[in-house]
Amino acid sequence: MTEMTHTAIADQEDDSHHPKSFISKYIWSQDHKVIAIQYSITAIAVGLVALVLSGMMRLQLGFPDQFSFIDPSAYLQFVTMHGMIMVIYLLTALLLGGFGNYLIPLMVGTRDMVFPYLNMLSYWTYLLAVIVLMASFFVAGGTTGAGWTLYPPQAILEGTPGADKGIIFMLVSLAIFIVAFTMGGLNYVTTVLQARAKGMTLMRMPLTIWGIFIATILGLLAFPALLVSAIMMIFDKLLGTSFFMPAILSLGEAVDHSGGSPILFQHLFWFFGHPEVYIVALPAFGMVSDVLATHARKNIFGYRMMVWAIVAIGGLSFVVWAHHMYVSGMNPYFGFFFATTTLIIAVPTAIKVYNWILTLWRGNIHLTVPMLFAIGFIFTFTHGGLTGLMLGNVVVDLPLSDTYFVVAHFHMVMGVSPVMVLFAAIYHWFPKVTGRFLNTSLGKFHFWGTFLGTYAIYLPMHYLGFLGVPRRYYAMGNTDFIPESAQALNASITVSAIIVGVIQVVFVMNVIWSVFKGKKSGHNPWNATTLEWQTEHTPPRHGNWGKNLPVVHRWAYDYSVPNVKEDFIPQNVAPEHVIMMDEQDKHNEEKT
Amino acid sequence: MTIAIIIILLVIGSIIFHFVSPWWFTPLASNWGSIDNTINITLWVTGIVFVLVNLFLAFAIIRYRHNKNRRAHYEPENTKLESILTIITTIGVAGMLIPGLFVWGEFITVPEQADEVEVVGQQWHWSYRFPGKDKKFGKVATALISEKNPFGLDSNDPDSLDDVLISSNELHLPVDRPIKVTLRSKDVLHNFAVPQFRVKMDLVPGIISYLWFTPTKIGRYEILCEELCGMAHFTMRGHVTVDSAIDHQKWLNNQKTFAQLQAAPLGDIDQGKKLFAACASCHGENGEGNKTFNAPQLAGLSQWYLTRQLQYYQNKTRGDDDRNPSGQQMQAMSALLPDENTVKNVAAYLSSLPTISPSPSDEKSPVGNAIKGKDLYTNCAYCHGKQGQGNYTTNAPKLAGQHSWYLKQQLLNYRQGIRGSNYHDLYGSQMQLMSKTLYDEQSIDDVIAYITNLTANVQSSQ
Repeated sequence: MTEMTHTAIADQEDDSHHPKSFISKYIWSQDHKVIAIQYSITAIAVGLVALVLSGMMRLQLGFPDQFSFIDPSAYLQFVTMHGMIMVIYLLTALLLGGFGNYLIPLMVGTRDMVFPYLNMLSYWTYLLAVIVLMASFFVAGGTTGAGWTLYPPQAILEGTPGADKGIIFMLVSLAIFIVAFTMGGLNYVTTVLQARAKGMTLMRMPLTIWGIFIATILGLLAFPALLVSAIMMIFDKLLGTSFFMPAILSLGEAVDHSGGSPILFQHLFWFFGHPEVYIVALPAFGMVSDVLATHARKNIFGYRMMVWAIVAIGGLSFVVWAHHMYVSGMNPYFGFFFATTTLIIAVPTAIKVYNWILTLWRGNIHLTVPMLFAIGFIFTFTHGGLTGLMLGNVVVDLPLSDTYFVVAHFHMVMGVSPVMVLFAAIYHWFPKVTGRFLNTSLGKFHFWGTFLGTYAIYLPMHYLGFLGVPRRYYAMGNTDFIPESAQALNASITVSAIIVGVIQVVFVMNVIWSVFKGKKSGHNPWNATTLEWQTEHTPPRHGNWGKNLPVVHRWAYDYSVPNVKEDFIPQNVAPEHVIMMDEQDKHNEEKT
Repeated sequence: MTIAIIIILLVIGSIIFHFVSPWWFTPLASNWGSIDNTINITLWVTGIVFVLVNLFLAFAIIRYRHNKNRRAHYEPENTKLESILTIITTIGVAGMLIPGLFVWGEFITVPEQADEVEVVGQQWHWSYRFPGKDKKFGKVATALISEKNPFGLDSNDPDSLDDVLISSNELHLPVDRPIKVTLRSKDVLHNFAVPQFRVKMDLVPGIISYLWFTPTKIGRYEILCEELCGMAHFTMRGHVTVDSAIDHQKWLNNQKTFAQLQAAPLGDIDQGKKLFAACASCHGENGEGNKTFNAPQLAGLSQWYLTRQLQYYQNKTRGDDDRNPSGQQMQAMSALLPDENTVKNVAAYLSSLPTISPSPSDEKSPVGNAIKGKDLYTNCAYCHGKQGQGNYTTNAPKLAGQHSWYLKQQLLNYRQGIRGSNYHDLYGSQMQLMSKTLYDEQSIDDVIAYITNLTANVQSSQ
């Protein structure tokens, strides 16, 4: 009986739901695919702003005293906005709002998100958050320069740029963002749990969906901590409460606060902030798994272990937050607990790395552009993960904390690595979104420039950290223990950063050109098994599937199944429709 | 194929870079060799994993690159292999973690015989307090902090009277004695870090944090603030000088206790007036300054600033650069004041005088753009005050009312290292760093144009 209902509602598409006008189709759209593209374009646009900001920071560090528009306040403002935009407004929005929106309904085999209207509201609320954030560039005093962690008391006191207005805009924008995320996030979770196609059991879901699903749950649990801390800080600033404000002076003047705890903010921030790392990483883990399997023509190795690793990492990510606070002045005994949990999380993470490489092992590896980026990801993520073991081991963190080692580490692990996956994913799914390939030559150029360029930025940066160069310094001046050569190294890092930045223009040009002129791709150019490639139309139309919803018969990784004619079996192919090898095929097979 | 070769080259390149890099930990100057050992263990374990994983990756790519006549192997799982890898990883992780936790245990357990010193942070300076003979720190409270009592000590607490107060960025410690550093902040978060000692910890307003180490090498090391504390974070530097026990005791004996500082006489204005007669020929009858003699306005500057600068001239901290003949002249003139009291008296007299607006004939018409200058002055205002009134807390003198030619000359001197380079000039290095944020002469003119617009009648911050 349940099955009948399921069929009755979902299988006969009602034409009256399709958008009729340009505005309802492309602007106030409730189609998850259009919303995904809106999210993606907005996120990438704001990400480009953050990229330019990082270039300006690097100019100051590489060539101090050369650029008059970068004074100490501006420098801190660039640092802050670069960090916050990249982490929240680019990575979170693009991975979940962009890819999550596009892929969830298609990969689980449903017509749309379960709450399409809410989904639309989510995007427009996100856009509002972005507008408020961008507006803070133009208010008196400019954006906040409190660092992306926004630590009070300094974030709201004179002496920090933007402590008057910029910080309020930042906090309000974050609060709006979290509202947007919650609307989107509830939708993603509900859709995965409630709207999967018939036969799509949880353990048949592609790892992309697992990654996005668990990351969304993390977001729904973690963002509230940021929301309350943002609201509490707004209260401290505007209403004179003292959540985070002890009795202190501000540039000699006593402030009208007492009894608050700055460390309370840090706990709240990192209770959000550490899961945030995995909110970015888990979707990337999932997507890269699917790219690797597809382009290596091989099932993902150890699928069950991969799923449990995602779940375990997600769970553990809530009990490691204070490893960001080893030298914060919190009770030092916490160090034992958080160092232990942090290093435990390395185990499931390492397993994922092994399994990615074992997926390539005995595969049939096509070095397409998505595959190149996926391999680049394995390299950069391994590097960033291993340096994380150093910082996570509490006592090793003592000399390295607050130095460029930290900057290099987190850029490798949650900057470069997820971006590698994002590019892999864009090159991989672009044919589904547009029906055209991205240009391969430009793609390869983009890959090599980005991969080698970012390594030229971040490998040496670790060594500035070993040396002890502190982060968030506008200039080093004459510091005894820092040799002249460190400045040369900084200059070289800056040159690499500028090159990497410029190369991204090639990518943007490639996207724009390929949307109109790219080579036509057909429905399933990579011969992939997952449902999104099995749609009747490419790009999929509103409602995704024709008259009937797909029915799933197998897991997502039936690549190169022995004795089967093709080297892939889509998830919606019933066992009786699988074409087996004939005698001739088998003969050829044996010969090789 | 290329990607596999590049990965191999990157692995080899990273190893080579690691071994030839001149950028490495500064030589250790404390007891924390065990931290260095833990780092080395971690580096070896992670380094080996990095090499093995990536070489295997490269090998897999080469061995199993696309071949249209071959099929990939179908093997969803291999429980045995996965279990072995999990166990090996767990052992490797434990091998790094366990020694690390032991060292952490040492780090958070202060030896009983450790000496204590308190490090106090504020935007953007350091100061220090020793507990004195009773080895006990007196009570402090934020509400008690004032110009006269910058540490906020409670004078009713008998423990506070013999506390030795160091209002300077320079800390001295004895070699080979364990030191417990208690950390206190007056305003925002800071972080006390000395790279050569390996350890660091945040200063958190509202609570007291701590760390400990034993300095093992005589020398002078830089203290850095490593927690973002506002615009001038990067200028929040200090030094710790590690002396022999005897030298340290000598130094400590020369420092003043809270009781001594409280009892120190204020300057005598009348005495100061008499002493100033000799200075007036250059600086003017009313301390208004005179461009002809390169003499700045002194009237209305705060007493602490004048005292410090006169002492700098006396002990050749300021004015010792050949490019600064006026400074050399002031070194000679300052010798006319024989002791600390006379210095204080002159300073007290001058700070009691009203600031006099510079006469237009003395000033060139302003060449800078005051509107642009206002933006530039934002960063200056944090320390020097929005009205250029100066601020004792930030050790920043009054600027309003000063002659524009003098301000310009000083900014240029800071930029060129003529002023502020001396070891003993406590806050000069900070102004050197800040003056470099004014990139060219035009920006200097602009900011000065704005400062000269500020009201000259602002009361000195004292």
